[in-house]
Amino acid sequence: MSTPSAGPRPSVFKRILPQLVILAVALALNVVVFPDFFHIDFRNGRLFGNLIDVLNRGAPVALLCIGMTLVIATKGIDLSVGAVMAIAGAVAASMVVEGHGWGTALLAAMAAGGLCGLWNGFLVAVLRIQPIVATLVLMVAGRGIAQLVTEGKILTFDNAGLIHLGAGTVAGVPTPILIWIALGALVTFVVRRTALGMLIEAIGINERSSRLAGINSRVLLVCVYLVSGLCAALAGVIVAADIKGADANNAGLWLELDAILAVVIGGNSLLGGRFSIVASLIGALIIQSVNSVILLSGLPPEFNLVIKALLILGILVIQSPRIGNYVYMLRASDIQPQPDRPKPIDHQEKEAAR
Amino acid sequence: MIRSTYLPLLITLATFVLAYALCASAYPAMLSFRVVANLLTDNAFLGIAAVGMTFVILSGGIDLSIGSVIAFTGVFLAVILRDTGLHPLVAFALVLALTTGFGAAMGATIHYLEMPPFIVTLAGMFLARGAAYVLSTESVPITHEFYDTLQDMYWKIDGARFRLIGLVMVLTFVVGIITAHRTRFGQNVYALGGGEQTARLMGVPIAATTIGIYAVSGGLAGLSGIVFSLYTSAGYSLATVGVELDAIAAVVIGGTLLTGGYGFVAGTFFGILIMGLIQTYIVFDGTLSSWWTKIVIGGLLFAFILLQKGLTWAAEKRAAQARLRTATGSAALS
Repeated sequence: MSTPSAGPRPSVFKRILPQLVILAVALALNVVVFPDFFHIDFRNGRLFGNLIDVLNRGAPVALLCIGMTLVIATKGIDLSVGAVMAIAGAVAASMVVEGHGWGTALLAAMAAGGLCGLWNGFLVAVLRIQPIVATLVLMVAGRGIAQLVTEGKILTFDNAGLIHLGAGTVAGVPTPILIWIALGALVTFVVRRTALGMLIEAIGINERSSRLAGINSRVLLVCVYLVSGLCAALAGVIVAADIKGADANNAGLWLELDAILAVVIGGNSLLGGRFSIVASLIGALIIQSVNSVILLSGLPPEFNLVIKALLILGILVIQSPRIGNYVYMLRASDIQPQPDRPKPIDHQEKEAAR
Repeated sequence: MIRSTYLPLLITLATFVLAYALCASAYPAMLSFRVVANLLTDNAFLGIAAVGMTFVILSGGIDLSIGSVIAFTGVFLAVILRDTGLHPLVAFALVLALTTGFGAAMGATIHYLEMPPFIVTLAGMFLARGAAYVLSTESVPITHEFYDTLQDMYWKIDGARFRLIGLVMVLTFVVGIITAHRTRFGQNVYALGGGEQTARLMGVPIAATTIGIYAVSGGLAGLSGIVFSLYTSAGYSLATVGVELDAIAAVVIGGTLLTGGYGFVAGTFFGILIMGLIQTYIVFDGTLSSWWTKIVIGGLLFAFILLQKGLTWAAEKRAAQARLRTATGSAALS
């Protein structure tokens, strides 16, 4: 979205500026409908407040969009994350019900999520199936598998350790908030402090040329889907812990779409390439803030989806290559024509010439 | 040798025959007309929507909005019939115009804004579902004597009732097959699926075809919604969640290539029947849980995707060998 400056990399702030502006607008709307929005209380050793709620309720989508950003950066997509959440929640719940500790349950759930991610990665990277189809398989079958694990029931549990992950607090801050911020920081650190992020972008821009340049795209692709599976598993455990039960039918239902939406709002192209996890996370917060506006304003929740749809459409129009071209033309015509400046390409003109 | 174009269709057909034979050997009662009639009736709405999805996938696109459009149609009809004195036929025409226009608008967005169909129809999915919620969040019953007349229309063969909605589905498939293979529009859809650049150079009107495809898909989702409202006698905004996935699965199991350009509307018909058969088998068995349906369909989906992949590989290998042969041949000549 931002025009590349002369430096090697435009500043992070410039990159996330549009997302920050949208977030500020969404939060301002919250204040308009509910003046006490920013008021935060400290009661019973826990922070209370609407802002905390936004951060807390946004945790599952925020976790999902960390993995989803990487997947989309490789020009892929992971439709199975909702189903993987259901599987991970079911595995964690059945482990604690059988009497295992919460650590073992968490590890088992993460292993299940990792396995799902490996399966997706195998289909995409080794069998070369297009990602939307490859992950559709698990999206369709995943909830069935989760049902098998819970044996068709909603498994409830009262393991304090596991519940702590979803509903507890650490130093007054709800655990889910800490988990998604920590994971987001960790993954950002790993991909940006090493060459990994650049290699992932290279795959998304042109896989064949990245392979010719010596990038082991196969292993990287599998890893990217693995990370997505792990993030989904963590989100699944948090959702299950929050309601103290694993609901194979409804856990994470349609969250894959919210996660993709967050990534798109974050200004990441669905066609792969440059990505920003921070911007995606802000995207997740924007979605949650919009949900919060609708809740606080007393509008019937029925309008939630319509507003969300209009929001996507607006963002789509802004991000559309056609519109971008048009805006670029407008700007270019304002500036005095420079002899060495290449003429911007106009699609319509080209088509008319044809 | 069988041409590889027809191979996926033949494999789908063989799968269906084999599956039916297996079911019949376990439960001979499954051979009865009654089961066949129910297979058609129970899958009517899914089948109609899947015809639209076949066109979309043939063109290399995807439409995630159909489940929501079906639900919206149902709620819209129920609310209109409850609150106004309009005849259902007028309401049908109204809702069909609305859903066709909705599809066309999505097609126009995809074409003119150059956005991926996936994300545009995702927005459409939210919009249609949201519109259904806004109309009513509760299930609205439909009580109109015209509905009763339509529901009472059936043809009785051996005690089996072939209902009107099953006939509507079969007719939709017939029209769909003719459109795909015998009209200019159908040829344009295949050409578009083969590659947009090539299609444009061939003189295919890209804009009109893209808009037409999504209009057809939207309109058929509307028809499917009408059939669904006849099937359930109600409109409910939470109904038919995830039907788009079932439709995509049916299209793929029917042998249509997800990258576009190859496939048959007839294949989708057998895809629908295979999925219906799995459900019927589970009902007959009684001990298997219903979630096995999802797992088996997921497995079938995977098998057919693998098959498609294998066929594409084989075709590419042949093409490469042919290229090699002509290359060495011309080298020998010079």
